[in-house]
Amino acid sequence: MEGENEVKLHGMWASTYSKRVELALKVKGIPYEYIEEDLRNKSPLLLQYNPVYKKVPVLVHNGKPIAESYIILEYIDETWQNGPRLLPQDPYQRAQIRFWASFIQQQLFGSFYKLISSNGEEQEKAVEEVFEKMNVLEKGMKELLPEGVPEVDGNNSGVLDILVTATFGPYKAHEEVFGLKVLDPEKYPLLFSWVQKLNEIPLVKGVLPPHDKLVALLQFMKQNGLKPSS
Amino acid sequence: MAQVQLFGLWGSPFSCRVEIALKLKGVEYEYIEEDLSNKSPLLLQYNPIHKKVPVLVHKRKPIAESLVILEYIDETWNERNPILPHDPYERATARFWAKFIDEKCIFALWKACWSEEKEREEAAREACEHLQTLEDVLKDKRFFGGDMIGLVDIVANFMGFWLGIIEEATGVKLLTEEKYPKLYKWSEEFVNCSAIKENLPPRDKLLAYMRARYGVSITY
Repeated sequence: MEGENEVKLHGMWASTYSKRVELALKVKGIPYEYIEEDLRNKSPLLLQYNPVYKKVPVLVHNGKPIAESYIILEYIDETWQNGPRLLPQDPYQRAQIRFWASFIQQQLFGSFYKLISSNGEEQEKAVEEVFEKMNVLEKGMKELLPEGVPEVDGNNSGVLDILVTATFGPYKAHEEVFGLKVLDPEKYPLLFSWVQKLNEIPLVKGVLPPHDKLVALLQFMKQNGLKPSS
Repeated sequence: MAQVQLFGLWGSPFSCRVEIALKLKGVEYEYIEEDLSNKSPLLLQYNPIHKKVPVLVHKRKPIAESLVILEYIDETWNERNPILPHDPYERATARFWAKFIDEKCIFALWKACWSEEKEREEAAREACEHLQTLEDVLKDKRFFGGDMIGLVDIVANFMGFWLGIIEEATGVKLLTEEKYPKLYKWSEEFVNCSAIKENLPPRDKLLAYMRARYGVSITY
């Protein structure tokens, strides 16, 4: 029926948060209309849908907006129950995934941000912090996945796959622009191999930002002292 | 060993949230008071990453982060007093406001009370903005969760109880009945709610603690 299940996504092509939602929609096979937002000139609709943060992504389902990428992922999983589940059923496993989602968001992204917005000695400290957090994440994922990363394809990806893809998928572009190897295969073998596997999936390839375009944007932002903000 | 243990701190709103949820659900638990200047080996083992309270341990499996714990409690003991609504859109909305309170409100309110004079004006402006947002979210409901307390009410415990005490300790007035009548009324309902009342730290003890620990550094 027309308008029964109208899904729109306000996003931005280079935003890692926006990509999370796109990946989830694609994994679930949910048709949606995508609206590209110019973050320097946000649409009135976006500001109306997300007055608190004024950011992307915002998912609009039958006219009702949902903001904050992780919350959107859980909403998608709870609303479209056919097809692959993004989160496991077991409450303890769900708690662990939520814990790591929060870690990636607050701890890891927090230190990435410090890294790209600091200079000199402060930046050196920030680099140390990034490696420390990556260590924690690698260790945590090893414990969470004692049998290693399961074979992933577009049909069985879960929230963690989505978060890892959106965060690290474009790692080559990050390395090129910032001259720092964060996703080091020797230091973080599990994360590295996981990202390799994910990046091979056609669905992922179709969603992640094009390398050259992303490099150009990141270079521009770096040169102009701009900070990432969705 | 008890099936459910909570590692907490008597004066912590984050710890208190978990106690409220456990009481709401009628879950029996063993409470372990942590000394943050001398953290127990068990706490460090259960929460090696953040080394913080609260940590809930259920059947020997630890869960950290108060929001994560609240959702775990709701999903595990799901027969009574739901903390989150049933409808996915309402759940997303509740989670959004809980996150807003945690990531924006509490810090802004804290800063507005404790910061140096020159920063206080800006901090207060932001804090008041957030209080107005919550006033608008609450509308005419008794609680954020409707007729019964829910996730947002529990997470807003800082506004419901701690804020008033800090205001008294510092002399800063933020959540006034005049400016935010609905939110003010909510805070009174909140502290009188039976599930909440028994789990709040003693007011005098908390006030004394706030005055002692922070009072010295305030210059007016």
